[in-house]
This record gives sequence, C-alpha cells and structure tokens, in this order.
Amino acid sequence: MRFDTVIIGGGLSGLTAGISLQEAGRKVAIVSAGQNAMHFFSGNFEDIGPARDRVAALFAAAGVRTNAMDGLQLMPMGSFRPASLTLEDVTVFPDEHAAEKALIVNFTGFHDFYGTFIAEALEKAGATCRIRFVHLPEMEHLRLSPSEMRSVNIARAMDEHWEKVVGDIRILHKDEDLIILPQVFGLRDAAVLDKIRTALPARVAFVGTMPPSVPGIRTQMLLKRRFEVLGGTFLMGDEVTSAALHEGVVSSITTRNLDTARIFADHFILSSGGYFSKGLVTTPTQVIEPLFGLDIAFPENRNDWYDADFFAHQPYMDFGVKTDAELHAIKDGQPIQNLFAIGSVLGNTRKEDFGTAAGMAIRTAFAAADTIKGGNV
Amino acid sequence: MKLQEYTASAHNFEECMKCTICTAYCPVVPVNPRYPGPKQAGPDGERLRLKDPYFFNQALKYCLNCKRCEVVCPSGVKVADIIQSARMKYGNEQPRLRDRMLASTDFMGSLARPFAPLVNGVTGLGITKTVLDATFAIDRHRTFPKYSGRSFERWLKRRAKEQAKFDKQVAYFHGCYVNYNYPQLGKDFVKVMNALGIGVQLLDKEKCCGVALIANGMYKKATKNAEHNVGALQKAVDAGLTVLTTSSTCTMTMREEYPELLKVDNAGVRDSILLATRYIWQLLESGAATLKFKENYRARIAYHTPCHLERLGWGIFSTELLKMIPGVEFTMLDSNCCGISGTYGFKKENYEASQAIGKPLFDQIKSVNPDFVACDCETCKWQLEMSTGYTVKHPISILAEAIED
Repeated sequence: MRFDTVIIGGGLSGLTAGISLQEAGRKVAIVSAGQNAMHFFSGNFEDIGPARDRVAALFAAAGVRTNAMDGLQLMPMGSFRPASLTLEDVTVFPDEHAAEKALIVNFTGFHDFYGTFIAEALEKAGATCRIRFVHLPEMEHLRLSPSEMRSVNIARAMDEHWEKVVGDIRILHKDEDLIILPQVFGLRDAAVLDKIRTALPARVAFVGTMPPSVPGIRTQMLLKRRFEVLGGTFLMGDEVTSAALHEGVVSSITTRNLDTARIFADHFILSSGGYFSKGLVTTPTQVIEPLFGLDIAFPENRNDWYDADFFAHQPYMDFGVKTDAELHAIKDGQPIQNLFAIGSVLGNTRKEDFGTAAGMAIRTAFAAADTIKGGNV
Repeated sequence: MKLQEYTASAHNFEECMKCTICTAYCPVVPVNPRYPGPKQAGPDGERLRLKDPYFFNQALKYCLNCKRCEVVCPSGVKVADIIQSARMKYGNEQPRLRDRMLASTDFMGSLARPFAPLVNGVTGLGITKTVLDATFAIDRHRTFPKYSGRSFERWLKRRAKEQAKFDKQVAYFHGCYVNYNYPQLGKDFVKVMNALGIGVQLLDKEKCCGVALIANGMYKKATKNAEHNVGALQKAVDAGLTVLTTSSTCTMTMREEYPELLKVDNAGVRDSILLATRYIWQLLESGAATLKFKENYRARIAYHTPCHLERLGWGIFSTELLKMIPGVEFTMLDSNCCGISGTYGFKKENYEASQAIGKPLFDQIKSVNPDFVACDCETCKWQLEMSTGYTVKHPISILAEAIED
C-alpha cells in the first residue's frame, strides 16, 4: 500500500496536517490507535499565535465554527484562561469581571460539572450567583445506571429536548446578566448553541465538564469526515507495530491489523501524542518514544521528573521528542530526513517557536505539512 | 524499591483509565437504558466481579459484541472481550428454544434446505410471522433469510475437477450463509478467483464458525465447532493453501474470538485466514494478476463498513478494490452500526433498539441515494435491505458483475 504521506496518530495535530495535505492534493493515510485527547478538549486553542486565521479557515471548511477574539475563557474550576481562538461553544470574556449576577444551571444527578467552584470564583470577583438544577422526565432513563450520567449521554438527550430545558431556564431566570450551562449541547449539530443563546434572556456561557468533551467529540468527528471527504484514508483502531528505518530515511511501516501488507510513503508524520496516547512512555528509569526510539532529554534522577507540589509546573510535561528547526525527528543525534514530529509528542520542547498545548499541536502540524508541500515553514 | 513495571491483566483491563470514550461511541447506550454501557459492563464491573461474582449483571446480554468500544479505546483495552468473557464465566441464563434455533445456523440450514421452496413460502407468510412473534418472540417485522434448494458445497463439489485444473489453488471457508441461504455469493467468488487464474477448494468439512452460538450462550457447542474448524483449517494450511472467506464476521470470529474468548489455539492457522477482498487486492497491487473489467460498467456505490470488519481493520481492502473498478462512483458511509448484530435484531425484545441503532445509517443511505449499497456482511445486508429498500451487494459480487465474462 502506498501513500504520499502517512500520519501516525489521528488527534488534533494529525488531522490538521492530514487535511492540509489532502487539500493540496496529496494522498494521505492516518493510522489511529483509538480515539484521542480531542475528547478532553476545552475548546480553547491556546498559543495559536500567527496561525489563527489559517486554522479558522481550515476548520470552517470542515463545518467547525470558531471565535477569533482575544479575551478570557471561564474554566470548569472557576479560573480564567487567556483565549484568542476558541470553538464556538466557548464564550470569551473581556476580563475576569464576567458578570454582576450569574445563574448557574446544572442537571440533577450530573456530577461532572461543579457549579459551586464556579460560583465561589465569580463571587470573589464581586458577582452574586445562584445555582439551580433542572430535570427532564426524558432524562430519567440515564439515572438507572448512575455511572452513565455523563456529558455525552446528556448531550444525546439534549439534541432532542434542548427546547424544554431552555423553557425551564427561562422560568428560573430572574435578573441575572449571565447564565452558565455545562457543555452538553450540540453534539450532533452545533447550530443548537446559537438557538439557545437567542432564546435565553441573558448572556450564555457554556462551561466545560469532566471528560468526555462534547465540543471535542463533535470537532473530532467533523475533522475526520472532512479528511475522508477530501479522499484521505483513516485507519481507526489500528496501531503501528514497526517502521523500516535505513540510513536516516523511513521507507515503510507495518500495523497490527494490516500485518504483512506494508504501508509505504515518501513522508511520515509522528503525531502520536503524549503520555495519555502512549506517544511517550515511561519506565521506572526512562522516558521513551516507543516506535522509532527517538531522542528525548530527561533528568537521570526520577525524582527530578516531578514537583512534589501537585499544582506546580511538572517537569515531565516538558519532556518530548527532539527535533531540528524544521521538525525533523532526531534519533541518535541525527535528524531523520522524512520523519516529522508534531503535537504533544514534542512535550514543550519547541515552546519558543510554536507555543504549547492545542495551539502548538496545530502550528507544528502546519509547519510540517508546509515543509512537505515545499512551501515556507 | 520494588516496582511493578508492566501491567498484565486479562484482556488488558488494568489499562483502563476511565476516560468514558467507549461509552460515547457505544451504539447500544443511546437506545437501551437497561444497558449499563461498555465501561461499566466491562473494566469497571470486572473489578467488582473479581471481588465477588454476585456483582455480575444480567444486563450484559444487551451488548452487541460489535467491538466498537475496542476500536475507539485509546488504551488498548479489549472491552467487548471482557464483557463476553464475563457472560461466559458468570452468566447463568440458559438459551431458550428460540435462541437455540437462531444460533444453530448450520443445523437449521441443513434441516430446511431439502424443503426450501416450502420453507421460504411459509416463513414469508404474514400468519407465520405472527405465530413466530407470539410463540418464539421472533419479531414479526423480520423476514427470515431465504433458504437455497441446493447447497453451495454440493454445487462446488460437482465442479471439483475443473477447479483442480488451475495451477494455483486456495481453500474457501464459505460459512453457513453462502451454503444454505445465498450460494450465489460463493459462485461469484469462484468466478472472480477463476478469472485471476486460481482454483477454489472446499475445506475438509467446515462447521459454523460459532459466532451466533457465542452470542446466544451456547459456549460448549461454539468451542466444539472452533476445535473442529481449526483442525480442518490446519489440514488446508499444511497443504500450502491460504483459506479465503467472504464473511467479515466469520473471519473475525476464527481469527480473534477463538483464542480470546473460547481459548482455542489458532496460532497455526490464524495468519492464513484472509478475507477474499484482502487477498485479491494484494494480488492486483503487486501486479501478480490482473482483472479485465467491462468497458461499459457504471455504478454509484455507497459502502457500509460492518462492525467486525472495522475491528479487523480491513475495510480498506474492500473499498480500494471497489474504487479500482472503472465506472464506479464511490461514497464512503459514516462508520455506524446497522443495528442487526446477527441474531440480536431478530429477537422481539431487541427489535426497537435494533432499528434505532441503525437509523443514522439508514438516513444517510437514503440521502446519498446510490444505485446500491456495498457491504461485506450478510446480516447487515438483511437489515439494510429491510430498513432502506436499497439492494445490498457484497464487494465480491460487484467484482463478479464488473469483470468480463
């Protein structure tokens, strides 16, 4: 089997690179070992920097709408995070004074959204808050199994019954200028978000829940569909088992499902993610990139990987695959000519050039795709 | 300090980190509130069951065993295998007569075959459907698959001599469906293989792969069939033959379920069991053989990937083959379960859930409005034809009609 480019990992960075290359007419395959960290996505492309307009256009073509606006995102624990590009689900505030009065609405029995944390934080900034619960008979079945009162299951019910909840909230609402809801709307169709905003008598902020992330799942599905509509091949639930590397060039890979049917390509992109996705793996003494054995810098003493203060910056989050200026992955000190590393597998090793987090995932994806297409980095 | 360096647990269940992604993609959860979902039924429940089998929940029977949880799991947990193993180990529900009938595909087939026209006529009658619904709880909306008057095995045995003339040979695991219900698929397969210069042999007596037996709790019979089949497959492999199949579910069962669930060692034969589409695609891609297609062939095809093919990860071979045919306009349908899941959808208690699961797929097919749907699975074919009105063809049958006679 032969492709122009094979991408290992089907998360945010892999899909962005894949779509970018398919749009340029390249033949691309993505090998994805299960779903990815998009399912934990807050909806905020932090550190997106100069790639803001470009990613907004790429996402718009996939049916994913974004807000290009500088400001702050209200987080699930009541803190604020800077934003310059977000999914349309996210309400961006100019400063931490988000409201005079806020109505925080949750669903009875939903334990993955903590109104009290949000209320405490907003009250510190001078707001008054009320927390109220809504309940629909149509959701009663979710409570049969307490472990399944989860964001996605509620979102499915909301796809059908969001208007009833909006009706209940209109009754609960008094004189608040902000209504805060969990992100459990628009799983199937994000158009519901605008309809809710229009139907309620105050500004609406959808705030993140515990995983899985409803906006993240919707975005993942739309990006994957876009990649496939452009002619890309997405191998879901498969895993790369070996790579043929000879004199600094990768010629082919094998996968668990396709075994003897090798996949050949001119270029390879490693977007296998961080520790969660097993793009990086630790043993008691080492941090390893398991597929190619790429170079990673980490302190010899394991105690130096952590900070005992749980909330402090954790050094292990910085560890990642070493790359040259153009993101060629480095093994035994030498760059591999046709292998690019992008996204979380880099850790924070390229912070100065590409930032961190989701913004970094996208900016490195563009950079690698552009090098492959022969454009500018 | 003593550290446990690697986790090792049955079906990888200790790798679960409770992300709930499996539940988000389970086709049963949105339609059946009695099903606790793959995370709870699988790794979470397993922890409790290991403490005390009392915690086994009969609601695990609502699992379709579609394996979609395994396909999406970021941690490589074999969620569906955990659930099926728990049903085998702790479940005490005895299969009812109806379940035994539905599961015994080869027995029922050999019983019905001699009287095929009569059986087909009777099972198609409204009154029969009402009786089956009332007495056996087989849903009245379902039409029983038609039985063929002459089995595929008999058809191929009569042609054994002409097949033996080809220098290159393969063995064919046809499965119950081709043998009793739809021999035409087997004939199409033989036509395509012959066009590639390859003769087709039967195995030395195959039995039902056992997938329906597993689904209906008839584990002993399933294990017996698996042991028999591994023996028959081994004979073919020892004779230097690759064993080809046209059913994605039989293939997944013989390759994956035999060792994982039934604990039947298939190491000697596993790598030699291949879907015909994979084998043919590899032949064509390597240039070892060619197919001559009709010049005027035209078809707008929408392709549905069956769950078990998704699990095998081999859908790409079927889709690449179809795209190779000149004159084909190809649409890939979104990856969704059709809802039938073998015998599951035939049961009265599952009918509504079964149709609700398939609805997004039915709707998409209607909006694409293809000439016909392509799919590698026999039970998806029944479900999609009944629920959408579109004809469903196997990729091998499409190849057979697209090549020069």
